[in-house]
Amino acid sequence: MVEVEGLCHWYGSSEMRRQVLQQVNLTIQPGEVVLLTGPSGCGKTTLLTLVGALRQVQQGHVRVLGQDLNGSSRRQRQQLRQRIGMIFQGHNLLRCLSAEQNVQMGSDLLPNLGYRARRDQAREWLRAVGLGDHLDKLPHGLSGGQKQRVAIARALAAHPRLLLADEPTAALDKQSGREVVDLLKRLAREQHCAVLMVTHDPRILDVADRLVQMEDGRLIAAPVPEPEPAL
Amino acid sequence: MSGLPGLAAIWSRRKIPLSWLLLTRQPARLAVALAGISFAGILMFMQFGFRDGLFDASITVHKLFDTDLVLISPRSSSSVSMAGFPRRRLVQTLADPDVAGITPVHWNLVLWRNPKDLSTRSILALGFEPGDPLFTDPGLAAKAKVLNQRGRVLFDELSRPEFGPVAEWFREGRTVESEIGGKRVRVGGLVALGVSFGADGNILTSSETYQQLLPNTPPGSIEVGLIRLRPGSDPAVVIKRLKDSLPKDVNVLTKQGFMDFEKDYWRNSTAIGFIFTLGAAMGFIVGCVIVYQILYSDVSDHLPEYATLMAMGYRLPTLLGVVAREGLLLALLGYLPAYAAGQGLYSLVRSATRLPVYMDTPRAVLVFSLILVMCMGSAGMAMRRLGDADPAEIF
Repeated sequence: MVEVEGLCHWYGSSEMRRQVLQQVNLTIQPGEVVLLTGPSGCGKTTLLTLVGALRQVQQGHVRVLGQDLNGSSRRQRQQLRQRIGMIFQGHNLLRCLSAEQNVQMGSDLLPNLGYRARRDQAREWLRAVGLGDHLDKLPHGLSGGQKQRVAIARALAAHPRLLLADEPTAALDKQSGREVVDLLKRLAREQHCAVLMVTHDPRILDVADRLVQMEDGRLIAAPVPEPEPAL
Repeated sequence: MSGLPGLAAIWSRRKIPLSWLLLTRQPARLAVALAGISFAGILMFMQFGFRDGLFDASITVHKLFDTDLVLISPRSSSSVSMAGFPRRRLVQTLADPDVAGITPVHWNLVLWRNPKDLSTRSILALGFEPGDPLFTDPGLAAKAKVLNQRGRVLFDELSRPEFGPVAEWFREGRTVESEIGGKRVRVGGLVALGVSFGADGNILTSSETYQQLLPNTPPGSIEVGLIRLRPGSDPAVVIKRLKDSLPKDVNVLTKQGFMDFEKDYWRNSTAIGFIFTLGAAMGFIVGCVIVYQILYSDVSDHLPEYATLMAMGYRLPTLLGVVAREGLLLALLGYLPAYAAGQGLYSLVRSATRLPVYMDTPRAVLVFSLILVMCMGSAGMAMRRLGDADPAEIF
């Protein structure tokens, strides 16, 4: 699914050049939920953008969904991104589109499907994330948790085999954050979709199949904590 | 019907109409954009309308002549300064086998006294032999008979109202008399010719009366000679023959050439064309600035969203297409009110100035093309901002 070997990455040029990733190795199996934690600025997000084909690989080896990203062209990366679902820290919904239309922006990427089929899929996904009653609402009419659930529906609507999430609970309170990650995990399982999630949030670490910690651009394996005892 | 499955397939492939939603879900911004585009369109319609109307108005009378070729003096520069040439030059053309008939015409501006408030104003007087064909309008021959009486004129009822309520009084059955150059004339009938750029009104009279009104006209001198050709003859060939045979004190033109001669004067010897074209250009530039501002700020405001779409795997050309379609929609939506307002303003101009300003297809197409160029050009400039959308920056 995802194979990263000896990945190094630098920002800036000449004297200002600063290494953010050092010899990173990471493998994600199909359907696996991997959480990536670590202090700010340690390179988590950089790793996520490299795996998400949003940046050119500089050194090392990255293979995502069977495609090598070393020396890939813009077009190859763009086509690969269609098969990767992404969920952002902010919800990043299109403000001028209703919840349903936002999700359909995801399903519109599917080839060979009629408009109706894509729309029905979008509605199906919104029902799956529990927003069947909010199809026509614009993002500003939804709460933070609801917006993030729309974002999950949008990411899954394109039938990705890999889901990348960058601190999806950062803007949410404890309860809705919990709901969002549980939902994310359940739906990803159902779709056999692997998840790589960057998070700072200690409250959600237990959803991980595997926990990976990053420090100063290096990865350290870490034990998955037991689920919090129910109160 | 064979096209229907194809259309259905295209319809079924449609996607979320992002451009339309971007525009319509921000009604205030859309209203400003449309107001700006419509304003630019109206400005262009008015300026082009005035310009073309003024040029067309300069040949209101020219268009009416029943003629194939026209003889004028080379010293004539326009309808407001027609020079005389010997009448016998026109008679000489009868020697050409293809010339079927001629009409000598006197042409000059005279001072007409308003019979109501007694003010004077310059009016175009045409003098001809009442029996000769002058205009293509067949109704004129009957009316012209009255001109055989001395001191009678036919008054153009479309003349500006400053010449007095001549047409109204005449229709009421009153005897309308006035003065031209100190000579008394009586209105013997009404004709409908229309005002032109150089003349606010027109009167027709016989050559004899004309000579009385303008006693300084040298005998045997005319300003315009109309030449009608036999059916089937080639005007170009006849012009060449006439030019070769006649002395250089006359110019031979086709009827179109006569009209162009007049239009060219106003176009080239006055600043009218430049002024109105400049006015239209101002409208165009103002429109460009407004549309560019709107689209640029629209793209800037939505930059994170565009970057999100790129991260989702949308291609940059697809997103450029969104901006292009926004421009196209703005052009279409902005043109309609401009067209409607243009129609209304043209009818206002017609009733206020009697200039022949009409919404003709070439101008409607021209203004639409300019609006399209304006919107698509601005969209093209605004697209450059999309290059700043970096999907790697949104995490």
